[in-house]
Amino acid sequence: MKTLIIACGALAREVLALIKLNNWQHMELSCLPADLHLRPEKIPDAVEAAVEAARDKYERIFVAYADCGTGGLLAARCEKLGVEMISGPHCYSFFEGNEAFDARGEVTSFYLTDFLARQFDAFVWRPMGLDKHPELRDMYFGNYDKLVYLAQTEDDSLTAAAGVAAQKLGLEFERRFSGYGDLSMHLKALPY
Amino acid sequence: MSDEEDDLILDELDDAELVLQMHDDLYDGMADEIDEAVRILLKREWLPYDILTKALVEGMRIVGIDFRDGILFVPEVLLAAGAMKKGMGILKPLLVETGAPQLGKMVIGTVKGDIHDIGKNLVAMMMEGAGFEVVDLGINNPVEDYIGALKREGADILGMSALLTTTMPYMKTVIDTMVEQGIRDDYIVLVGGAPLNEEFGKAIGSDAYCRDAAVAVETAKEFMARKHNQV
Repeated sequence: MKTLIIACGALAREVLALIKLNNWQHMELSCLPADLHLRPEKIPDAVEAAVEAARDKYERIFVAYADCGTGGLLAARCEKLGVEMISGPHCYSFFEGNEAFDARGEVTSFYLTDFLARQFDAFVWRPMGLDKHPELRDMYFGNYDKLVYLAQTEDDSLTAAAGVAAQKLGLEFERRFSGYGDLSMHLKALPY
Repeated sequence: MSDEEDDLILDELDDAELVLQMHDDLYDGMADEIDEAVRILLKREWLPYDILTKALVEGMRIVGIDFRDGILFVPEVLLAAGAMKKGMGILKPLLVETGAPQLGKMVIGTVKGDIHDIGKNLVAMMMEGAGFEVVDLGINNPVEDYIGALKREGADILGMSALLTTTMPYMKTVIDTMVEQGIRDDYIVLVGGAPLNEEFGKAIGSDAYCRDAAVAVETAKEFMARKHNQV
């Protein structure tokens, strides 16, 4: 069954890695810009447009997004479109595993994934204006106490980058290896 | 800003020009210029309340519109808020002395599990600017804190804020507890935060969802007027 994965750009490497690892030849990937997360209200429309554009060419479409700050609107849209998506609030949660993440109940941790460790300046530092106005840092991060790097892969350079990010934000640093978590589970469940 | 504008001497502007310049300076997050302009208007014997509403609140209202329309982004809004805060710091003690109108009292805080307070802080500041007394409970508030503060402070309005999809359902817990205790209708309940929307606000039993600080102020004023009309 020919399947299209419509994914957040922040998951592109991870989805491709899983496709390669599992030799899922029935699966293709199409990504939406990761910076949609800066305006989550735009995600449902962008996903709908991508689904409608691809619907005739694939037997199945899977949306590789969690709720991602849409307040349930993406889930409602996917239901309307008749496509499945990833369960959970965001990628930090499904990478660790939604149940495990929920059980931790961490409130004052700020999370990075491999993508965000790699793209910290482009997706966190600059969009928040911290390159030009570092004095805003504590208005954004003053209530956090720790940066948790949820690593999908073993990569020393990313761990170092995440450590530097923690330092820039003035937060303690912790690295946890999560692997691909529930992302892997969801993609494996899609029939051939 | 051009070099020519950098050389602008605020004290040489007439009142109308100075107020317009303050709107521009707020927009550009120029806290020192706002500080200076507020002092100039006070020297010209403007009432603190007029400086607050005509210069600062109106300036932030323009910032709010451009944020909503995607022209400004969060960093610019924070810088503008920082400039307004500086101006308010001068005016606040004077407002008490000169008897500025009080429109009502609001208890506000982010819900349990949520530490994101940028939106809540903006709302609190704009509500104060509009003439509301604000009791800010800060972040991560359980239901007992909200209800305790509402009763203790004799508040009119409860404001709850959440940034996370995972924490926003807690607003319903608070409202349901108010219903159980028979006090829900004693207060106006306003909710806000990035992942919320009008449907959610209705579904959990709030009085209104407010998409930004300016809307929160207008909604609060409207509900307070209705409340007074009922008395």
